[in-house]
Amino acid sequence: MNAMAVPLSNYIALSAVIFFIGVAGVLVRRNPLIMLMSIELMFNAANLLFAAFARAWLHNAGHIFVFLVITVAAAEAAIGLAIVVTVFRSAKNVDVDDVALMKG
Amino acid sequence: MILFWVLAIVMLASATWCVTATKPVYSVVALLLHFAALAAIYLTLNAEFLAVIQMIVYSGAILILFLFVIALLSSGVAPFSVGPNRIPNIAYPAIVLVIIALGFLTWALSRVVAVAPSGLPSGSTFGPAGTAGVFGSVADFGKALFTTNLLPFEMTALILMVAVIGVILLAGDQPIYDAPKGRVEEVRRQMREAILREGDQ
Repeated sequence: MNAMAVPLSNYIALSAVIFFIGVAGVLVRRNPLIMLMSIELMFNAANLLFAAFARAWLHNAGHIFVFLVITVAAAEAAIGLAIVVTVFRSAKNVDVDDVALMKG
Repeated sequence: MILFWVLAIVMLASATWCVTATKPVYSVVALLLHFAALAAIYLTLNAEFLAVIQMIVYSGAILILFLFVIALLSSGVAPFSVGPNRIPNIAYPAIVLVIIALGFLTWALSRVVAVAPSGLPSGSTFGPAGTAGVFGSVADFGKALFTTNLLPFEMTALILMVAVIGVILLAGDQPIYDAPKGRVEEVRRQMREAILREGDQ
């Protein structure tokens, strides 16, 4: 019962692939909503890794960390969406490439 | 084992769907599927409380927030531009990056299998869920959260408060600073001249 039914490396590989799908979403898509969702994907990949390692080492510090990450992700999503709404109000268009005022 | 593979395939498929969907609403649906599968994986990892807050916070709160914003923005005229197709530009760098990443992944996985313990008993036992002392039980989670990790927990309260105030300032009815139209133009002109002057030097 102590040993995991599924090897730890499976969880690591799954988490890595999902993280890179999220990275690809941020890099390729220009819709800020889908970019934010890709960031959520990356958060969840990291959380999965925390939970898997917590299970492997039988220590619930990983669970605490996932809890904190979820809180930060909620705050991040709320602020990101507020920025999207504000930009949409002034620009009437949501494309990240058009919002390059601070690009320098 | 079979359960893990089914959930993993669901997670990968829904993640890909989320990233490639043409409409943001489809992405939200895909993300919902992804989060549900992730909550099930948490359950297989004995993280019951995480599975519950994954469903409540992510699927219940964050995705609803996304849906609200999509509904809000779609009520306008032409809300979402698909944008130019960037796949051709990034195809070759992406292939190179994927090969490098897979190399790192296989290397890291070979290391991990060598390092990971087969299950260190750290005072935790297995048993019926929900009892204190059982690994992953809500009782143990709450105890750890409110004793050892009380300071980080209080910090999350601060973060959430800052987020709430920030969202109100950003998206509220009252603008933070409503500059007169002429003043904005003047500052822009001054900045442009300053940049030009700097370029001359």
